[in-house]
Amino acid sequence: MATGFFMVTMALYFGATILFLAYLLRRAEALSTVSLGITAAGFCTHTVAIVARMMGTTGVSTPTFHEALSFFSWMLILVFLAVEFRHRLHVIGSFIVPLALVSLVSAAALPDTVPTLRPMFGTLWVHVTLSMLGTVGFAVAFVAGVMYLIQDGLLKSKRFNVLYSKLPALDFLDHLNQQSIVLGFPLLTLGIITGAISAEFVRGTYVSWNPEQTWALVTWLFYFAVLVGRLTVGWRAKRAAYLTIIGFAGVILTLVGVVLKSYGPVS
Amino acid sequence: MHIVVVGLSHKTAPVEVREKLAVPESRLGEALTRLCSYSGVKEGLLLSTCNRVEVYAVVDEIEAGYGRIQEFLADAHFSVSSEQLTPHLYWHSGDRAIGHLFRVAASLDSMIIGESQILGQLKDAFEVALTHKTTSVILNKVVKKAISVAKRVRTETKIAEMAVSVSYAAVELARKIFSDLSEKTVLLVGAGEMAKLAARHFVANGVRHVRVTTRSPYQASELADKFKGTSVPFELFGEDMASADIVLVSTGAAHYLISSDEVQRAVKQRMNRPMFLIDISVPRNIDPAVRHIDNAFLFDIDDLKVRVEQNREDRLREAEKAEQMVIEEVGILRQWFQSLEVTPTIVALKNRVDDIKRTELEKALGRLSHLSVQERELVEGMASTIVNKLIHSTLVTLKTEANSSEGVAFVEAARRFFKLGESPSSMQNGLSTSSAGESDLVRADEDSPVEGLTPPSVLHDPRGGGD
Repeated sequence: MATGFFMVTMALYFGATILFLAYLLRRAEALSTVSLGITAAGFCTHTVAIVARMMGTTGVSTPTFHEALSFFSWMLILVFLAVEFRHRLHVIGSFIVPLALVSLVSAAALPDTVPTLRPMFGTLWVHVTLSMLGTVGFAVAFVAGVMYLIQDGLLKSKRFNVLYSKLPALDFLDHLNQQSIVLGFPLLTLGIITGAISAEFVRGTYVSWNPEQTWALVTWLFYFAVLVGRLTVGWRAKRAAYLTIIGFAGVILTLVGVVLKSYGPVS
Repeated sequence: MHIVVVGLSHKTAPVEVREKLAVPESRLGEALTRLCSYSGVKEGLLLSTCNRVEVYAVVDEIEAGYGRIQEFLADAHFSVSSEQLTPHLYWHSGDRAIGHLFRVAASLDSMIIGESQILGQLKDAFEVALTHKTTSVILNKVVKKAISVAKRVRTETKIAEMAVSVSYAAVELARKIFSDLSEKTVLLVGAGEMAKLAARHFVANGVRHVRVTTRSPYQASELADKFKGTSVPFELFGEDMASADIVLVSTGAAHYLISSDEVQRAVKQRMNRPMFLIDISVPRNIDPAVRHIDNAFLFDIDDLKVRVEQNREDRLREAEKAEQMVIEEVGILRQWFQSLEVTPTIVALKNRVDDIKRTELEKALGRLSHLSVQERELVEGMASTIVNKLIHSTLVTLKTEANSSEGVAFVEAARRFFKLGESPSSMQNGLSTSSAGESDLVRADEDSPVEGLTPPSVLHDPRGGGD
């Protein structure tokens, strides 16, 4: 059952993505309303898929990459629906929903039997969940950053096109960027700590300085700098947008690294 | 009974003509009373703004009415003769007059399409007419409808959403930088008209902190008082700039007052919080190099004009949608208007009583099945006589009052007494297709109003879809 709902979700997100992208370029409010509805429907089927899967799992709770990415995608849509509900900003969907779709497609591409890490510790899912939640924060910050740069560019070049009229105010995007990092950073920190503790239990050492751990720490330091820079020396607005885009690229690289590494021994 | 409009607007007359005909608000009542004193003018409304002078009236005869109103307009000013006015005037009657009023109210006929002032002006004009009792059933209905059409156009199209003046454009741009203007500070440099206007728009849109600086400290504090803000010494405003989120510059200076370095410094002091600079001065007062500074957004008068022009095009697109709505609404009002004519009302009234008579007869005769044919005819005849006698005086009154000034009120009253429905759309459908046949029917009846033994079925047919 979980697989069926999962496929339906993917189809719905795909439809919503197409409509949301069309909405970016056309003056048709109805488009966004329809795609919003489809997204909400997708979110429901997605929830069912995740719950069905959780109920079906027995034994050692070791989240697979498939589950982790699916959860990431689900959280992204949840955040989008929350922001949408509060600010009525359909246009954010044009950026978040495609990202959620990509993540879901990646989830589907990965065989869902490959665990995130070799089962080492019963509470590994805590580490994975926290890291994923942190990543959701950074993903939203990334989306806000991209939107900021587009709107900044349009204002600077005085191109008052459809996109300009749809994108929200710069300071709203900057604020969204800040909030997402403020929420995402502590979650990632906890994710790293729980990961280190897991490693300590299994390998007897907190950090083994393997590439993905190193990357994770670099990413953490990077976001730490971004956060401190904003509060102390005014790394906000355009600079913050650039930094969060770079940071998110780092996060993705870490993830890819972890995935590849896990595949290594398996294949 | 015809509704007409005679007037001139920015589209047909230059300001020299418009200003001569414009009626000041204080003399509006007097003018209206004079308008309605002309023979054949039943109701009147005068809409006088800087862009138009229009007389809406209900008259007996269209052509004669046009003449009276033109006379009235020319009489308002000694130096204008009726003939001189002719090339500038437009005349509409019936649907076209109603459609024109709807378009005016919805700001589709305005110089700046979609501006909101005209609706207020129409409401004021209507208020004056109501006070002086120069409008009645017809104009009251039409003007109220025009106001509701205007509101519908505003809510269902985006016609009023877009800024079409430079100062509005500045506010609109600011909204793309700052989501909440109420916490933002505007620094007004210089006392140019455009900048003052823009500052006023910012205040109207929620800005609460205004700082003003001009070369003359006196003028600055005077302006600051106006905006409930504070004045800043002109020599120091460069250093003060960091406290301003929005800088509005409009002075007569022939050189740059704000340099790129100053802005750079201000942005740095603001910890990269965005700054919005508007230079409405010609020659420009802010160094154009400011454009290249991150988080500083500079717009000059031409940039704002580009935005205005774009919005104007968008508005025209929306205006097309609004035109469709006007056509639709005129259709609805036409049905009501037609219902006020005496003939259809008489037909409807006869139909109504015949309906009642028929159902009651059927009921009674159903129970009296033992009656002979002769007795049945007697009962039917009696029923007919009763209903016809009951409505006879109403019919006579309607016909005699048809051409009096109160005619419409009588029709309206008859419709209410007999519950004939205010907007008999179903009935009108029938009427519009077979109105000729019906008037013949009524005329035939006039010869024998009491006897009226026309079989109900014949009268019933023209109602088409029926109730």
